[in-house]
Amino acid sequence: MTHNWNDKNGAFHPISAMDFLPREELRRIQSQRLKELVKLAYENVPLHRSRMNELGVTPSDIRGIDDISKLPFTQKSDLRDTYPYGLFAVDMGEVIRLHASSGTTGKPIVVGYTEDDMEVWETSVMRCLLMFGVQRGDLLQNCFGYGLFTGGMGLHGGAQRLGCTVIPASGGNTERQLMIMRDFGSTAVSCTPSYFIHMIEEAKKYDVDMKSLPLKFGIFGAEPWSEHMREYIEANTNVRAFDIYGLSEIAGPGVGGECLEHNGIHIFEDNFYPEIVDPETGEPLPDGEEGELVITTLAKRAMPILRYRTHDITSIMSEKCACGRTVRRIRRIGRRSDDMFIIRGVNVFPSQIEVALMRVEECTPHYHIILEREKDLDTVTVEVEVNDDCYIDSIAQMDALRKKIQTSISNITGIRMTVKIVEPNSIPRSEGKAKRVIDKRKI
Amino acid sequence: MKIKQVSIFLENTPGHLEKACKALADGGINIQTITIAETKDYGIVRTVVDKPEEAVEILKNAGMVAKIVDVLAIEVDDTPGALLAILNKTAEAGVNIEYMYALTHPFKDKPVMVMAFKDVDAAEKIFK
Repeated sequence: MTHNWNDKNGAFHPISAMDFLPREELRRIQSQRLKELVKLAYENVPLHRSRMNELGVTPSDIRGIDDISKLPFTQKSDLRDTYPYGLFAVDMGEVIRLHASSGTTGKPIVVGYTEDDMEVWETSVMRCLLMFGVQRGDLLQNCFGYGLFTGGMGLHGGAQRLGCTVIPASGGNTERQLMIMRDFGSTAVSCTPSYFIHMIEEAKKYDVDMKSLPLKFGIFGAEPWSEHMREYIEANTNVRAFDIYGLSEIAGPGVGGECLEHNGIHIFEDNFYPEIVDPETGEPLPDGEEGELVITTLAKRAMPILRYRTHDITSIMSEKCACGRTVRRIRRIGRRSDDMFIIRGVNVFPSQIEVALMRVEECTPHYHIILEREKDLDTVTVEVEVNDDCYIDSIAQMDALRKKIQTSISNITGIRMTVKIVEPNSIPRSEGKAKRVIDKRKI
Repeated sequence: MKIKQVSIFLENTPGHLEKACKALADGGINIQTITIAETKDYGIVRTVVDKPEEAVEILKNAGMVAKIVDVLAIEVDDTPGALLAILNKTAEAGVNIEYMYALTHPFKDKPVMVMAFKDVDAAEKIFK
């Protein structure tokens, strides 16, 4: 076994012990925690209680972790419908932190944490960092956005608890990020992989030699990314790129991460229990089979979540990992049960385009994405509708708006897309969830 | 003199200008002059009409984006150097002309140029 999870003195870090529990011991803990979770959710959250009642399940029916499939699912829409505090199971006096994430339909979802929940979250982040080999003494430049988004504060809390020197750089301002990286001597960076690729490209412009920096660890998450992107990052820097998995609804970053084997993401299943289900029928699938990832928060109290449908398509790898950890892995997220698309090896979510558009004040929410293939090269065109607020009687200013949208999109996705401003009502409206992606490629 | 111009956003594809003009014709709007600034994907159509407010309403009801922009209508003598004299004034005042075009229906018998400025009120003062 390698010793990269050791602390600076070479001793095994006790926080990582939970990663290596014998399976039977782990299952005993999971069973115990599930029983407590269900009781808490049933007694305090009307939605969970009524859903369980509909299925004819009571807390006493849950006698162990194998009974988890008897429980009802929780969907993202449930978090939206109960906005802001409808799924909270404790008194507000016990909630010490709130976060929120933007939804695709306007209203955000709100998540809350008790003091114990914060400890669960931050120690999960610590376990991730230890798995990557990050130690006390490392300088972590945290470029995840600070604020309501869980990325910034989540990474920050875990890294600080581990004893890293945290640089709360937050997102954006690439020139300054590169200056900090070089002048402060950051040894680790955390951000979305697409943003780091953007940094690599910008570094050439600002004459920063990425390969001469002391930067060793890249902690990348908040969006799916490909082996392609890993190869690009590792070829152009001295960084070893690690995937950190998480989602706000469950905790934030740190639900799982890659070990040095780079073969799947270990899920800290003492805290976050993973299942795979058929995305159509919701039927549980055995380990190894591909389906939708479902997660239950075994150790969170402020907002206990039963069987959350992540829409991430993956499979559980139950074989023993060469690193020695007993917590199971999932394959890296390759696709979604929703309308993510892959362009030039990069995964793009319509929601990323949406966020990019939202950052441009003048922009309308009506857009769609057209994928085409010209001479073996994929092209993306984002069509955005003009409206009364953003229309200016000037070609120069309309073109400036178009370029602003283009830059915003490339900052988030790392991809330069063609942006077209089109007439109002020219993009088809649909009932329910809009169809954002029109794929005209013949592959 | 300050006049109201109607500015319309249209895609640069066949049939779109026709659709806008049809809406105006059906609404009984008389176009006095019309000009197009085009890009690859879209164009900005600028027109002077007899009833600008009504024209914008009609275009909006037809699902288009249109707005009223104040511009200056300036008489220019039909002699060599007449336009130059006007440009001398704007250059001296440091005022930039965003775009200009001719009005097909002069007010009296002199040609009239329509000029657009960022700050139309400031520009108007130059010509008083």
